Amino acid sequence: MIKEIREPLIFELSAPGKRSDLLPSLDVPETKDLLRDVPLRRTIDGFPEVSEPEVTRHFTRLSQKNYCVDLGLYPLGSCTMKYNPKINDRLSGLPPLAASHPNAPEELVQGNLEILKRVEGFLCDIVGMDAFTLQPAAGAHGELTGMMIIRAALEDRGNPRKYVLIPDSAHGTNPSSAHICGYMVKEIKSNEDGMIDVAGLEKEMTEDVAALMVTNPNTLGVFESDIRRIAGIVHAKGGLIYMDGANMNALTGIVRPGDMGVDVIHINLHKTFSTPHGGGGPGSGPVGVKKELAAYLPVPVIEEKGGRYSFAFDRPKTIGRVRSFYGNFSVIVRALCYILSLGPKGIREIAEYAVLNANYIRKSLEGVYHLKYTASSMHECVFSDKFQKEFGITNLDIAKRLIDHGLHPPTMSFPLIVHGALMIEPTETESKRDLDLFIAAMKSIAREAKENPEILKSAPHVTYVRRLDEVAAAKNPVLRWEKKP
Amino acid sequence: MSYLSLSDKDKKEMLAAVGIRSTEELFGCIPKDVRLKKDLDLPGPLAEMELVRTVEEVGRRNSYSRYLSFLGGGAYEHFVPTVVDYLSSRGEFVTPYTPYQPEVSQGTLQVIFEFQTLICQLTGLDIANDSLYEGATGAAEAVLMAHRVTGRSKVLVARTLHPQYREVIRTYIKNLGLEVLEIPSGRDGRVDAAALSKRMDDQVCGVVYQSPNFFGIVEDIQALSEIAHARKAMSVAVVAEALSMGLLEAPGVLGADIVTGEGQSFGIPLSFGGPYLGFMACRKEYVRQLPGRITGQTTDVDGLRGFVLTLATREQHIRRERATSNICTNQALCALRATIFLESLGKDGLREMAWQNAQKAAYALDALTALPGVRRKFSGPVFNEFVLEFPKPWVKVDAALREKGILGGLGLEGAYGELKDCALVTVTELKRKDDIDRLGRAVKEALS
Repeated sequence: MIKEIREPLIFELSAPGKRSDLLPSLDVPETKDLLRDVPLRRTIDGFPEVSEPEVTRHFTRLSQKNYCVDLGLYPLGSCTMKYNPKINDRLSGLPPLAASHPNAPEELVQGNLEILKRVEGFLCDIVGMDAFTLQPAAGAHGELTGMMIIRAALEDRGNPRKYVLIPDSAHGTNPSSAHICGYMVKEIKSNEDGMIDVAGLEKEMTEDVAALMVTNPNTLGVFESDIRRIAGIVHAKGGLIYMDGANMNALTGIVRPGDMGVDVIHINLHKTFSTPHGGGGPGSGPVGVKKELAAYLPVPVIEEKGGRYSFAFDRPKTIGRVRSFYGNFSVIVRALCYILSLGPKGIREIAEYAVLNANYIRKSLEGVYHLKYTASSMHECVFSDKFQKEFGITNLDIAKRLIDHGLHPPTMSFPLIVHGALMIEPTETESKRDLDLFIAAMKSIAREAKENPEILKSAPHVTYVRRLDEVAAAKNPVLRWEKKP
Repeated sequence: MSYLSLSDKDKKEMLAAVGIRSTEELFGCIPKDVRLKKDLDLPGPLAEMELVRTVEEVGRRNSYSRYLSFLGGGAYEHFVPTVVDYLSSRGEFVTPYTPYQPEVSQGTLQVIFEFQTLICQLTGLDIANDSLYEGATGAAEAVLMAHRVTGRSKVLVARTLHPQYREVIRTYIKNLGLEVLEIPSGRDGRVDAAALSKRMDDQVCGVVYQSPNFFGIVEDIQALSEIAHARKAMSVAVVAEALSMGLLEAPGVLGADIVTGEGQSFGIPLSFGGPYLGFMACRKEYVRQLPGRITGQTTDVDGLRGFVLTLATREQHIRRERATSNICTNQALCALRATIFLESLGKDGLREMAWQNAQKAAYALDALTALPGVRRKFSGPVFNEFVLEFPKPWVKVDAALREKGILGGLGLEGAYGELKDCALVTVTELKRKDDIDRLGRAVKEALS
């Protein structure tokens, strides 16, 4: 058998004189000594010189070394990708939208403003908030924006306060975002059901606390059923509720954060509204607020009067700008397409079948893998490697062996309160056949853990590269290609 | 449309397996009193064909593309080789998540490793990250980084830094006890070095300037860096028109310690402002303070070369509130586009594209300033955009040009009150000589 060809770095394919002729020759008179007073570069040292056929093959071969949602289940809990409808990509690329300049006069881009305004309205309805900004570029950027809004509102009331409460099950971006807003973080312990310990919260909730950042359903896939009481406790002390809406896909059409006491929320368009994640972005993290907080939204906001849309900048209480221009527009267009395609019933079915699929997996694997928290699951379930530890097998081994089955592993890096976590989220777009393949693979791995643990420890076996030395990568970082001297 | 893949039989079997009769029972954990009691008030559902019509219809309410446009100011219309769209739309690149499992993400990881290398080569620095959201948040992250590296809390920002970037810096630092001072520019449109020197003290963490700056003027990076370094502050160069690095000396070579900016020019559609591509590079010694994800090279158990996300101890998922940044998702697909763009153009092609921008801008500048009353506002050297002052208010000139189907430039009065008869005119390689001549004739008529 021929060993698979190793794909070189483009720099290793490069040789002087190879090029594609992409530009016509200059059609204005050339000024030879242009920019003579400015240091110019003679060349870009090490920059590649390759032909178009080489570029095409290079990237096509590289693409084949990726797993993706178009190939199969991607049950990366809390991050998860559902199917990305192709029509949405096509429509976001329509020339009148994709070729429009962000500095164009408003009158010439009314279609764009209408899209933004409509999506704001749809999101308000789905999430139960009064106003939305679409500017944040990703979920974490939304958190930052949302927490800035909270701080500005509290400052306006006379005291921004010092602390933000965050459950120990939260995603790492929550404490990090709170920190950039100038807050100190206090961790709230989860109770035996994996929910916020209400008594503990009551104790920590003082008039020094600005907000509680809550993820609901939380990263264990458990709905915080005391949410109204929790909101009551926080509000009674003058604090606000920030909701990380990463898991909004479990709730669409069923319950609205705005109806459960949430003051500010961000949602992730890639997760709930099917926009592609592109191997790590672009994302989009719109932020919704209750009307008391609308004055603090970042500028610009979009206004509509008699069918004419405009950007408003004169907003004295605004937190300011959080990025250039108006948000990840082409991502927002995809979300518009998705919401229009699905309609109210389809939006509700997102939650219904995301939760059914997750519960089907949970039921099928209960007893095979350890389930630390047994409260009922919403869109995801978090198992652990506790049973397999007995045979020296960790969640990492299980994950790597899943790859041999042609599947993507679940999330393992959090929640931090489950050691050896396997956080599984299938999403609603999976077929029963794909779910059954995953379940069968997980069962087979559990058997192997007992009977042949070595095969798990050395997995994956059939990939382009096998287990990579991540320790060496961090210890002696090689972060770029360099020309051999 | 529906994207569900379950048949009625599947649903029945699955409900039975879970031990319930309907999906309604799955939501028993949600208290009844908070449940939604009505349908959402949304339009649809639309079949794919209706959706196409609906969105095309909205698109027709944009008339921008019918104009000959000389707009720039942080977003640039450049040629995009066909292979960029073709290759970057492969599902294997579009539909994966962040490469948390490196064994099945070598495509994305190797692309990012190449991207980091290209950014290092362009900026003249040692280390680059995977990407940031876009230019303005990149500038804000650079300020926070300079604050972490030096432990100082005052930042000097050139007034010629993109106005939106300055606003975003202010938003980001507001709650962190940092102080921002703006440094004016001189008659040449460059940072006023004397004013900068006067403001420098031992509390300054960084000097942040843009080159080419918002007025299109190429800054003297060497001089600005020397002023910053004399007080042990960091020299932070922001590049909003990344193509300029194909022609101008690398900012890192001229003394910048951090180079950050907007990579939209590298094959990313205008898309009304996003998604774009923030990039950031720095000197080796600051790598532990760099925000965002970083990809590194390593080997697998068989000794084969492979790539992984690395130096994660800087990041939020490990470090939580002590992370270098809260960024998680970045702009990987845009970085992929930039990588294909840069590798397709190659060493000579990128320089040629940059050279044509500079030449065409110079031609346009000559042609327009030859018209009676039209003045070049700043004397400094320009790359592909420049500020003109007109003998009558820009709004009037602009209106007359629009009548002729031309967007002649970006009025500056909003961002710089003193520049009320001025506009920023941008000329890229996409403008033919005829287009520039047409602009010249139209301006002439508008002024007569």
